[in-house]
Amino acid sequence: MIYKAIVFLPLIGFLIAGLFGRSIGAKASEYVTSGLMIIAGVLSWIVFFNVALAHGEAGEVIKVPVMRWIQSGGIDVEWAFRVDTLTAVMFVVVNTVSTLVHVYSIGYMHHDPHRPRFFAYLSLFTFAMLMLVTADNLAQMFFGWEGVGLASYLLIGFWFKKPSASAAAMKAFIVNRVGDFGFVLGIAGVFVLFGSISFETIFAAAATYLPAAGAPEASQVIANIFGMEVTKSGAITIVCLLLFMGAMGKSAQFLLHTWLPDAMEGPTPVSALIHAATMVTAGVFLVARMSPIFELSPNALLVVTVIGAITAFFAATVGLVQNDIKRVIAYSTCSQLGYMFVALGLGAYGAAIFHLFTHAFFKALLFLGAGSVIHAVDGEQDMRYMGGLRKHIPVTFWMMTIGTLALTGVGIPGTMLGFAGFFSKDVIIESAYSSHSPVAGFAFTLLVIAALFTSFYSWRLAFMTFFGKPRASADVMHHVHESPMVMLAPLYILAAGAVVAGVLFEGYFFGHEYLEFWKGALFTLPENKILEEFHHVPVLVAWSPFIAMAVGFVTAWYFYIKSPSTPRRLAASQKVLYEFLLNKWYFDELYDFLFVRSAKALGRFLWKKGDIGVIDTYGPNGVAARVVDVTNRVVKLQSGYLYHYAFAMLIGIAALVTWMMLGSSI
Amino acid sequence: MTDWPILSTVTFLPLVGVLLLLLTREDGPFGRRNILNVSLFTTVFTFIVSLFVWIGFDNSNSGFQMVEKHNWLGTGISYHLGVDGISMLFVILTTFLMPFCVLASWNTIEKRLKEYMIAFLLLEVVMTGVFVSLDVVLFYVFFEATLIPMFVIIGVWGGKDRVYASYKFFLYTLLGSVLMMLAIMAMYWQAGTTDITELLKYGFPAGMQTWLWLACFAAFSVKMPMWPVHTWLPDAHVQAPTAGSVILAGVMLKLGGYGMIRFSLAMLPIASEHFAPLVFSLSVIAIIYTSLVAMMQDDIKKLIAYSSVAHMGYVTMGIFAANVQGVQGALFQMLSHGVVSGALFLCVGVVYDRLHTREISAYGGLVNNMPKYAVAFMIFTMANVGLPGTSGFIGEFLTIIGVFRVNTWVALFAATGVILSASYALWLYRRVIFGALEKESLKALLDLSGREKLILYPLIAVTIFYGFYPAPIFDATAASVDMLVNNYSAALAAAKDLALNVH
Repeated sequence: MIYKAIVFLPLIGFLIAGLFGRSIGAKASEYVTSGLMIIAGVLSWIVFFNVALAHGEAGEVIKVPVMRWIQSGGIDVEWAFRVDTLTAVMFVVVNTVSTLVHVYSIGYMHHDPHRPRFFAYLSLFTFAMLMLVTADNLAQMFFGWEGVGLASYLLIGFWFKKPSASAAAMKAFIVNRVGDFGFVLGIAGVFVLFGSISFETIFAAAATYLPAAGAPEASQVIANIFGMEVTKSGAITIVCLLLFMGAMGKSAQFLLHTWLPDAMEGPTPVSALIHAATMVTAGVFLVARMSPIFELSPNALLVVTVIGAITAFFAATVGLVQNDIKRVIAYSTCSQLGYMFVALGLGAYGAAIFHLFTHAFFKALLFLGAGSVIHAVDGEQDMRYMGGLRKHIPVTFWMMTIGTLALTGVGIPGTMLGFAGFFSKDVIIESAYSSHSPVAGFAFTLLVIAALFTSFYSWRLAFMTFFGKPRASADVMHHVHESPMVMLAPLYILAAGAVVAGVLFEGYFFGHEYLEFWKGALFTLPENKILEEFHHVPVLVAWSPFIAMAVGFVTAWYFYIKSPSTPRRLAASQKVLYEFLLNKWYFDELYDFLFVRSAKALGRFLWKKGDIGVIDTYGPNGVAARVVDVTNRVVKLQSGYLYHYAFAMLIGIAALVTWMMLGSSI
Repeated sequence: MTDWPILSTVTFLPLVGVLLLLLTREDGPFGRRNILNVSLFTTVFTFIVSLFVWIGFDNSNSGFQMVEKHNWLGTGISYHLGVDGISMLFVILTTFLMPFCVLASWNTIEKRLKEYMIAFLLLEVVMTGVFVSLDVVLFYVFFEATLIPMFVIIGVWGGKDRVYASYKFFLYTLLGSVLMMLAIMAMYWQAGTTDITELLKYGFPAGMQTWLWLACFAAFSVKMPMWPVHTWLPDAHVQAPTAGSVILAGVMLKLGGYGMIRFSLAMLPIASEHFAPLVFSLSVIAIIYTSLVAMMQDDIKKLIAYSSVAHMGYVTMGIFAANVQGVQGALFQMLSHGVVSGALFLCVGVVYDRLHTREISAYGGLVNNMPKYAVAFMIFTMANVGLPGTSGFIGEFLTIIGVFRVNTWVALFAATGVILSASYALWLYRRVIFGALEKESLKALLDLSGREKLILYPLIAVTIFYGFYPAPIFDATAASVDMLVNNYSAALAAAKDLALNVH
């Protein structure tokens, strides 16, 4: 019952605000949706304590059936909730952030005339996200997956009068659909391999799926997928990669990342909820959830690691030079998601979910803090027109500072002193070093560099926004004001999370209490010993993220406090590199050329040349040309042609019947 | 009561309405209102009666039910009706959509309203007739007869290029029909019966199946329509009045899919297997080609028409995957598409009635003054895109799974439709609905009227209900589809055995 309440309360909120928002008014819509979210949020923590932190047997899952859905032959899918520790963690992440964002939005969206719609969408998003994390089968997960995509589309395009917002919304949906293309095929593949798409059956079958090495079965071809004759292990690699394609889309990984920065067109609370803390982590959740089959395919995990490492590095480089405060944080999100995928790829699923958990707090904090800044400077998002805001909005400043400390992973290695990001990020970097994966060195190097960049762009953001001389117009500076309590309170809670989430939960997520905590929700092969090994790294490695962080901090300090002319000179002297980064490695231009323009050109070609030029010319028009003289003479259609046709048909039927009568009498 | 010929009742009930309409005078003071009321009452009543077919339907019975059979002229041809899990829901779909067609024509048809309604009611009779016929000759008569009212509806009440469109429509379908008639003759010649239930058991020799299959395929693929014989559809849709488009997309296209399942797949399994690669190729081409073409259209109706062709590509692909998921997915896709594309055409009708243009560029920013319309259009757009939680998802999902089991390449290419459909549908939505309201002509537009709500809201309810709870449809179709698929594999196995023994 409690599980149903958690999932369906946001749905009820959505329906009330969505259907009756106009009649009950904006205030009532806000209070109803936020109130229901608060209840769901509290219940989530109760579930977290009861499921994740309580003692229990390994492999214990709670299954809550709801309703039948699709039954067709071997596909037997029902709406049901599967609650284990992984779900409970996601419950806490999703509902905590969502509740706070609901409350925060009451203040942030205060002047917007469409508040009922906004809150309805927020609640719809939360519902879809909860359906995703409670899914009992791949189809239901896909429902949540697309549901969050829809909510994201609606919320990015919330200010529908802005053409850029509509364009960004569309881009987000379509790029996500590219990932979904893989996801759907992956689901089909899972069905072909396991005969089912419900997790229980898949996981049970996966345990004994791979034949022992050297067994005759191991080299036996079992299927032909996309022209490749594959053995069992080959097939599972293909399926995992297809599923991972879905994850890449949703989690904005390298190549499918282009939608995330544009998604910042949405209102800032949306960016905090959807494009930082929850939806974009769905890909990480998917891989963690499917760990029983990913674990069977070292090759797929290799790809996951490489893509994750490249994303972490790539997004961090772009983040270095962006000027829009939200875009910097967006690239930072993209980069941090890369860290999570590296952890997944190394088999350190717990570490990935741990980073997901802590990241949700400090990234939502940073976004909501950025929202508070934007609110203060009258909607300005360009950091070049900020500066010196520290004195004017001190609370926001301190909250953002805590978020930055957590994101850059400030803490003292070897001790339990540190912000949330310190624990989770260090765990991933150390895992990368100690892993036996062939790409571990590559991943480790990129992650450490990315950590340096993270520190640089985070402090650059903080210095450009809060320090130095005000660069905003006097008029704006005159109106700068601290946000109301309803916006600050969520920041306090998130800041508390950003401080303590790491130290409190490290042992559970990826430490001594690992087995007791996860209870088999994350599957690892017996050979996978990364949990024990990641501690035993050289001192220099353990200190490497700290050093990277410190270097980044000092550089940012030098560039933006000590000698503010340096960045401009550097940009001028390294113009090519600077432009390359500023234009996000030219991905948008490349994709526009490769896909958007060529698809349009091809569509036009097929229409004009294919349909009209070939098919119509040689098909009906050719034939019609023969009758066209006749048509010209006949003005009114019904005066004769119809009857001709009916008459012809009658003759035909008469002929048929006659022939049959003759036929039967012979 | 059990002997009551329910199928005949449902099929011919609209004729009572026709009779009443013939007695009504159009030019009287209440003439117009009477005609509309009679038509609406007839179609609603027919729908209610047709629900008894569903209620009385035995889901566990895989054969034909509610059978009526009367011999005719001693020729072996009989008046033979019945439904099974494959055809029953199409009857419901037909009767369900008709009241919406009447409502959609409420104000828009200004001339010859009486004849218009008669044409629609006759169309309902013959369409229902196609689905309930259990005799090939009867089937053929009904199948062909659907052309006449549609031809009239487009030709008389259509847009300015209606003559060209109706001829194109006519020429394409006539070609297919002639071939099908030959096939039916050949079937009779070979099997000595026109009874579909007998023909289903007959088992035509392999060589003959090839020719029969090709002849039937010509007829059905035009109706479907499949690439490359699809070009009549966009023109027909653009020229047809709104209600005509609804029926065209909602039901008439399904005649082709129904025919493929009933004749091609069930009666001619060996040829079906032989030609499956051909169908797969055409389906995949249809999905990708027409999606790309749809993207570039500047006429809203044409865009939706092209998207219909793409969606029918999933249907043909699913049917010839010939497994439970494929066939059930195809059936579901057809039913869902009937509702969703019908609804999309109704949505286009809503703005067309106000502005009398279908040019996409004439619109923009409608969400500002038509928020309810924007919501309805959004829901149907998402259903068209195949978002889970709407009925559009399930058919697409199952056909992809079904075909993945048979041929992964086909599934791969078909799945690109997931991306392409989102591209054209959202782009359309963005250009029509989003943006600031800047065009003067649009500023005075009013949101949905009461009548338009009555049309669109039930369709929204159906779309979402079957997206979340499609079980009634799966229950109704499961037994018959299982039997069909089993017979199909048994026939193929038997043919393989035979081939082995010969060699």
